[in-house]
Amino acid sequence: MSNSKFIVASYNDEDLLKDGVKSIQAEGHSIFDVFTPYPVHGLHHMLHVPRSRLPKIAFVFGCIGGLSAIALISYCNGIDWPIDIGGKPYFPWPDFVPITFELTVLFASLGMAFAYFYVNGMYPGAKPDIFDERSTNDRFALVLAVPDTNNEKLTDLLKSTGVSEITYKEFNKR
Amino acid sequence: MELSLYRQPLITGDEVTLGQITDEVLKPVEGPPTRNWILGFSASFFFLLIWLVAIGDTFWNGVGEWGLNKTIGWAWDITGFVWWVGIGHAGTLISAVLLLFRQNWRNSINRSAEAMTLFAVICAATYIFGHMGRPWLFYWIFPLPNTFGSLWVNFNSPLVWDAFAVSTYFTVSLVFWYVGLVPDIATIRDRAKGFSRTIYSVLSFGWTGSARQWVRFEAVSLILAGLATPLVLSVHSIVSSDFATSLIPGWHTTIFPPYFVAGAIFSGFGMVQTLLIVARSVLKLEKYITRDHIETMNRILILTGSVVGVAYGTEFFVAWYSGSEYEAYHFFYTRPQGPYWWAWVMMISCNVIIPQILWVKQIRTNITLTWILSIFVNIGMWFERFVIIVLSLHRDFLPSSWAMFYPTIVDIGVFVGSIGLFMTMFLLFIKYFPSIAMAEVKLLLKTQSEQSQKLQAAGEFAHAAAHGNAYDSPYGDIVIASTTTISSTKKTGGLHE
Repeated sequence: MSNSKFIVASYNDEDLLKDGVKSIQAEGHSIFDVFTPYPVHGLHHMLHVPRSRLPKIAFVFGCIGGLSAIALISYCNGIDWPIDIGGKPYFPWPDFVPITFELTVLFASLGMAFAYFYVNGMYPGAKPDIFDERSTNDRFALVLAVPDTNNEKLTDLLKSTGVSEITYKEFNKR
Repeated sequence: MELSLYRQPLITGDEVTLGQITDEVLKPVEGPPTRNWILGFSASFFFLLIWLVAIGDTFWNGVGEWGLNKTIGWAWDITGFVWWVGIGHAGTLISAVLLLFRQNWRNSINRSAEAMTLFAVICAATYIFGHMGRPWLFYWIFPLPNTFGSLWVNFNSPLVWDAFAVSTYFTVSLVFWYVGLVPDIATIRDRAKGFSRTIYSVLSFGWTGSARQWVRFEAVSLILAGLATPLVLSVHSIVSSDFATSLIPGWHTTIFPPYFVAGAIFSGFGMVQTLLIVARSVLKLEKYITRDHIETMNRILILTGSVVGVAYGTEFFVAWYSGSEYEAYHFFYTRPQGPYWWAWVMMISCNVIIPQILWVKQIRTNITLTWILSIFVNIGMWFERFVIIVLSLHRDFLPSSWAMFYPTIVDIGVFVGSIGLFMTMFLLFIKYFPSIAMAEVKLLLKTQSEQSQKLQAAGEFAHAAAHGNAYDSPYGDIVIASTTTISSTKKTGGLHE
């Protein structure tokens, strides 16, 4: 990112936040990000956040899990060491359904969860840039990336949207 | 309190603010431990120590320390295992199945119910290890290359399926629980100071609550719920196959899978009621876990209790209809008239007869009576497993092998100790993590709280109708069922200022 200066407009209500997003976008400003204490529905439409591809990742991992299970069981009980159990077939596929199902679910869940943490940049000890400490509690932070925080026009525009607090943040590390 | 045609409010009280939800839910986490918590924890820890002694004795000297004999090779160990696994099922039902059905009342109870699931499955696993005899060889159940050939495990065996099912169930439940917990841990992180901030910062994985993260969060929650739903049905079906694929009268039954799943959900909701009715009053969370939540869970108890009753009836019918004299002898003589008749009476009365009083609304909405009833359910479901396991075994095919099971002090120690282990973990959870999913409850404040419904009742509805829906209807919102959002509920004066 070329720019590390931000104007943080904190709202105390999701409806005010949405109005704020609309006003800012109507003036042609682009929004850096929005931080909310809970998923505000409809917001990502306004911000043009694309649909998540994680369900597809889960599907792929699930397929890998299911196929691995079938391969493992067929190899072990069917090829490598077939066991004669009361003269029953060496490849009784209905008996293999439970483990195939379990491994499908296991791979899909773990694969998707790790992908989710990966795309979110989340790992134990990650230190994110926090724009408003209360945005995980009771405030909705609308963040604009600006070349210069001393922008009275933008500040006035934000003030007209019922914002409760405007702060300026600068992150040096990027 | 009939305010409108809407459902009962999921958050009661006027003038509840977002900040207030955080403050109230995090009070036990951020404050010093209360006297009640210390008392409860000390008692639980005492029982945990008993468990350590009892399980240590079992590991050191072997399962001969238990009251098992040649006829009854499974008794309190597998009873305890099935009981605990069953208890876990309610947590997954609440967190996954009710999410798929968009039942918003789950939002305030799912976090602690899921924690209950994890701890119950841990307790179940301790019984698995305990009953192995040589627990250091536990990995023999998994298909690992070995120097015997490789001689693989028998994939036709339900015991092998069980190892996969229970370990998958635990892993997926843990992932689901933690993914949901991360945003709430970030809330604690942003309010904490000093050392606890460092700890919660590591645990929060760097969650910020950005728009993209929330979109992904909801996608992941929905898919995990979709995966966990068939998983929870499979786990107890596979547990029941441990019995159903054998040839013992009383076990060899095709209705076992659905019967076990219904019983599991029944016993799990019993345990949820036992825990949450105490937790909501001790932690002062009555606003979020309302009487209506408890009543709704009671409805599920009636349903699943009745399914269990029908399953018992079906067993009798099949015992007669099959024409098998061994089945008939078992169901018509051994269980109700044999030396363990009292265990059978406990099972029938606690699981089938007593829960039927919940049809009376006054009882269903009475919190004290519900709590007492939930204890009966817990006891009844323990006896159900005891009846299935020990009663089916104690009348062997040869009358000369008939025997009784007498628990030893070690048996009792392992059982009461496992409750201590469970309660210790649960109390640590409510002390160090938010016992209510804050983000998910905050989501309901504007739509399904008492205050929002009052605003609607006050004629604001017409206003909203005139304006149409104030917002774009969300494409796939997974939590909100009623999207009647009203623009004039805006408060410009600040919710928490």
